[in-house]
Amino acid sequence: MTLQGRYPVALRLYPYRRSDDQDAATPARHPVVVAGGGPTGLAAALDLGRKGHRVVVLDDHEGVGLGSRAICFSKRTLEIAHRLGPGPGMLDGGVIWQKGRVFRDRDEIYSFDLLPEEGHRYPAFINLSQVQFEKFLFEAIEHARADGAEIEIRGGNRVDALDASPDGIRIEVMTPEGAYSLEADWLIACDGARSPVRNMLGLGFKGRVFEDNFLIADVRMTADFPTERWFWFEPWFRSGDSALLHKQPDDIWRIDFQIGWDIDRDQELKEENILARVDAMLGTGVEYELVWSSIYTFQCRRMERFRHGRVLFAGDSAHQVSPYGARGANSGVQDAENLAWKLDFVIGGLAPETLLDGYDAERIHAADENILNSTRSTDFLTPKSEISRTFRDAVLTLAARHAFARPLVNSGRLSVPCAYDGLPGFGPDMLRQPARSRPGAPAPDAPVGDGYLLDLLGGEFTLLGLGLDVPESTQVDGISVAGLALSDASISDLLRERYLGETASAAYLFRPDQHVVARWRELDLEAVRTSVRNAVGKGGE
Amino acid sequence: MTLNLEPNLSDPDGFYEALLKAHEGLSDKESVELNARLVLVLANQIGDPDTLAAAIEAAK
Ligand SMILES: Cc1cc2nc3c(=O)[nH]c(=O)nc-3n(C[C@H](O)[C@H](O)[C@H](O)COP(=O)(O)OP(=O)(O)OC[C@H]3O[C@@H](n4cnc5c(N)ncnc54)[C@H](O)[C@@H]3O)c2cc1C
Repeated sequence: MTLQGRYPVALRLYPYRRSDDQDAATPARHPVVVAGGGPTGLAAALDLGRKGHRVVVLDDHEGVGLGSRAICFSKRTLEIAHRLGPGPGMLDGGVIWQKGRVFRDRDEIYSFDLLPEEGHRYPAFINLSQVQFEKFLFEAIEHARADGAEIEIRGGNRVDALDASPDGIRIEVMTPEGAYSLEADWLIACDGARSPVRNMLGLGFKGRVFEDNFLIADVRMTADFPTERWFWFEPWFRSGDSALLHKQPDDIWRIDFQIGWDIDRDQELKEENILARVDAMLGTGVEYELVWSSIYTFQCRRMERFRHGRVLFAGDSAHQVSPYGARGANSGVQDAENLAWKLDFVIGGLAPETLLDGYDAERIHAADENILNSTRSTDFLTPKSEISRTFRDAVLTLAARHAFARPLVNSGRLSVPCAYDGLPGFGPDMLRQPARSRPGAPAPDAPVGDGYLLDLLGGEFTLLGLGLDVPESTQVDGISVAGLALSDASISDLLRERYLGETASAAYLFRPDQHVVARWRELDLEAVRTSVRNAVGKGGE
Repeated sequence: MTLNLEPNLSDPDGFYEALLKAHEGLSDKESVELNARLVLVLANQIGDPDTLAAAIEAAK
């Protein structure tokens, strides 16, 4: 065998098939090659394919890996998936939640609500297994193909070597039938935390390892716990230093135990030992079946740069976080969306290549925010010194008694999309408020007519007039900006609150990834043109 | 002035991180000493004796 699976496959979605490229006399050249068909790679391929680009995805396996990884998918991920197609299906198939409770021993010491307001198409979170999430993306790719998108997923195709030059990348691929070569104008490396592509280019991946082990047990049981995230510090059932219980679809529950650094892995993974921990937690007499278990250690780290010429890193290959916060797959999908429109513009000649440096800057900004949050959470869960444990325990003790200490309790700060504050390509902000819809921020959703605002920001630059007339379409150096005018009477209260605040009318410019570029009190098309040019990296011209 | 036991930190996670950072690399004894100095600095900021008495009670 020339190709060996590193893990068993749960769903064989894209079995190996011989491609014509394998018999070509000279290597075939493709505009975009994606290495890795995880959540990030599939989302990137789907987005670019729908924008009319020819995309080849290479994955060394033939489908989604067996096992349980991500379960919490965020509002922003669902909004992106909505634009790409599979959002509604994911919502239907997932368990909706927004509340969490934190206990110490037996006592509830803190609770949170991640979306305590109305007027959004998508909830704060759904729980869905990563296997199903990837399957939804794969099916959306199949649908896009049926509509003419040129996306090809090549299973059983492993990237083995690279030769990256300023005008393209030569890729050596291994298959069950032997090796072949191909060439790419652009390579998107979505090949996961161990990223072979990163290693082939000799690039570093620096950060911290947390000295703790986490035992994941997914069990099937019928239970009527609410669909909330329940987290225990020092749980009364003593199955770990902390424990997490969270519902997934089909009566599957994710249980997560923090089991310490010095453990005997083989011993801990013995079924009888896992069952003993679960029994202690659920109490005797509860019937359940163990469907998956594994032990993880966690790290927080990132590459120094995500863009290396024509090779662009996205998802876990570029950055890795601990899962308390659900920031891994969610940020990977956001990387994909940030990159897709920029690469689309660069390939289409609408923007200079330097727009891709904006991908690098923005997603590094987001990765740092994710790493910061997930590091703080993990430091709270796994105090790394005597004194940090003392403070942690003081917070937990005080939180039971006084409200002031509750915001300090940190069992994970859950994924929210990053606002690109202070980065180039945004502005001006002539409104100054509301803060949540400032330039750089992801557009907050709000009801419009029978639908929602984000439905109307469909993947291109959009100029929104709130109580102002805007042209149906504006051309800026070949870029068309769609116009959307809402009359005063059609502005819902929530839309007004989220976009106008104290102002009577406004014009907003949005990027194709639904981030706010700029906002004005009055419409000035020359100012809009300048902001569009800035947003595509032509500011200096 | 009454003691405020409602959330009042504008950036709780940032404060907590800064607090732990201040202790990084200190011995247990040095940490206890740092905490003592910190309590005294914060007490001075509060000033009012009734509030301080209430804070001591709340922490007990
Ligand atoms: C226990 C656990 C719980 C988690 N919970 C959450 C959560 O609730 N929410 C969340 O958002 N995230 C969560 N995560 C993180 C999430 O699983 C990852 O962030 C996510 O899988 C990253 O997606 P990716 O596409 O970037 O990489 P991956 O999913 O790792 O995909 C990489 C792909 O590249 C392929 N590949 C590798 N090498 C090659 C090669 N040489 N050639 C071709 N293909 C290759 C691999 O086979 C794989 O298909 C969790 C992780 C763990 C471990």
